[in-house]
Amino acid sequence: MTADTQVTDTTDAPGPAGGTLDAVGVSAWFGQRKVLEQVDIVMNSGEVTALIGPSGCGKSTFLRILNRMHELVPAATLAGSVLLDGEDVYGTALALTEVRRRIGMVFQKPNPFPAMSIADNVTAGLKLTGRRPADREALVEECLRRASLWDEVRGRLTAPAGGLSGGQQQRLCIARSLAVRPDVLLMDEPCSALDPTSTRRVEETIGELKEQVTIVIVTHNMQQAQRVSQRCAFFLAEEDSPGRVVEQGPTEQVFQHPEDPRTADYVNGRFG
Amino acid sequence: MTVTAPAGARPRSRVAAARRRPGAWRLSDSIELAAAAASSYVLTWLIFGRLMPFTVQPAGFAICWYALFLGAYWGVARDSSGPVVARDRIMAVLISTGAGLALAPLLLVIGYVVYRGLSSLRPGFLLETMQLTGPLQPATEGGGMHSILGTIEQVGIAALISVPLGILTAVYLNEVKGPIAAPARLVASAMTALPSVVAGLFVYALLIVRLRWGFSGFAGSLALAILMLPTVTIAAEQVLRIVPGSLREAALALGGPEWRAVALVVLPTARTGLITAVILGTARIIGETAPMMLTAVGTKILNPNPFGGIQDDLPLFVYHQIRAPQDTSVDRAWAGSLVLLILVLLLFLLARAGGQGGRRSGKGTRR
Repeated sequence: MTADTQVTDTTDAPGPAGGTLDAVGVSAWFGQRKVLEQVDIVMNSGEVTALIGPSGCGKSTFLRILNRMHELVPAATLAGSVLLDGEDVYGTALALTEVRRRIGMVFQKPNPFPAMSIADNVTAGLKLTGRRPADREALVEECLRRASLWDEVRGRLTAPAGGLSGGQQQRLCIARSLAVRPDVLLMDEPCSALDPTSTRRVEETIGELKEQVTIVIVTHNMQQAQRVSQRCAFFLAEEDSPGRVVEQGPTEQVFQHPEDPRTADYVNGRFG
Repeated sequence: MTVTAPAGARPRSRVAAARRRPGAWRLSDSIELAAAAASSYVLTWLIFGRLMPFTVQPAGFAICWYALFLGAYWGVARDSSGPVVARDRIMAVLISTGAGLALAPLLLVIGYVVYRGLSSLRPGFLLETMQLTGPLQPATEGGGMHSILGTIEQVGIAALISVPLGILTAVYLNEVKGPIAAPARLVASAMTALPSVVAGLFVYALLIVRLRWGFSGFAGSLALAILMLPTVTIAAEQVLRIVPGSLREAALALGGPEWRAVALVVLPTARTGLITAVILGTARIIGETAPMMLTAVGTKILNPNPFGGIQDDLPLFVYHQIRAPQDTSVDRAWAGSLVLLILVLLLFLLARAGGQGGRRSGKGTRR
């Protein structure tokens, strides 16, 4: 790697944690089909924002628009803008790779790199962005601790990542996302492939991380949304129409005193 | 598991049951098989040796034996284990026969080359050339050192050219997915069927005659590279295609540019498969004779320089020796064939070891 540059900033001090994401009038299409219409959500730093709603209502699409993963799909288009601390991520001032580095993502299925060891997986993001950590071992330990995985893997950091259990792999993916020091972490149903114990560990991890990074989580699990999030947005796509945000606000309010009857039906499990 | 037995249920045995592996092959199964084979052989011999007034070809005898064996084995298996198992056994026999028939030509070819080659192969073959060996000297004189060196140089240069090009093309087809990916894939697929003599003619007409390069091992390498490139490309593309898309997404989501995602995640993940692609490409060209006759021509003397003058290689050595009228030359040709086989085998083992070794070191933390 000739383009490597040393990481000079030592962001160990817990400064103003996370960044604020502001989605303004976001609509999305796949080819001719419109899947999202006029979504406005503010995702504050220091908070966990949960996106809930039935399958196919555009939650994941919205999440992927936030860090420009949406455009990886051919024929995918969008309208509106996404502001990260006031800067448009679709503007010309921010490079595509810089947007994705600052807005990390954890996927539904754990996807550690199988050809790399556990430690190499953690630092993969640095290699991929052409940087070299000042102290690799410290970084690996710090990220694995923040993802609550350190105690389980400290003795086998050089073992292949494929040997971990599903829950451990998912936390490894979280550690990998944290290593590039993102301002925002997007999680697309991070627990849907995990057992209850692993789910609890990941939720604890989310609770510990929210002071350091802004978290946006898509979940199908009502209880999970209530447990981990402070704010909540309910997406719904009614028949033959694109997904919209029906209701959003503080999680407690959305779950206890929903304004819209459709929200009340959904959070009480009457459909979806 | 503690299950309360319902009232009136059969009392369960408390004795620990014998350990077994369902479906395992037991000694009695082997005895049944051997007995069925032996009895059907004897019956066949009885029919054609004693009862019938005529004898049959060995092939007819074998077919009759096989048919009787199937019947006998079915009867034995049914008596001992029941009709379900018997049907299972008969299918297993039929499928094993099919596999054996499919494998037979390969084993026959390798076996015959080893048998003929070993009789005249000796250490001197690897160290001597044909420079001072006349047509009437015994097969123990002379050797193929000049040819082995030529093969290694020519195939090595061809691989140096076509492996990077092939893998880059595969990356273009499957990762970049650029505008000419579809026509490029079509051309590559079509070129895998390119007759090798045409590749040789192309190099001969353009470089050797028109541009006056003259004959050389390098010209042969270029012809081989033309043949190897599409094979490596198509095989590598197939391998890249099975790398999960989720890994690419993960790499891009971390903020990596696409070229780093390919270099650091996609290619290392596909490593073993890419090595297989290279082996396939090498296997495609290492035995080529026709293009080499037009480019490297072949010689009896050692020419270690692939860039100047005619050069020999193992396929040419075999070709020239086996066309000679003397038996000693023919023996040498078989020895050359065996060396070529061994060379392919070594290459295969080396590549496999490289793949495994690379994977092991990949597990370690590199600093």
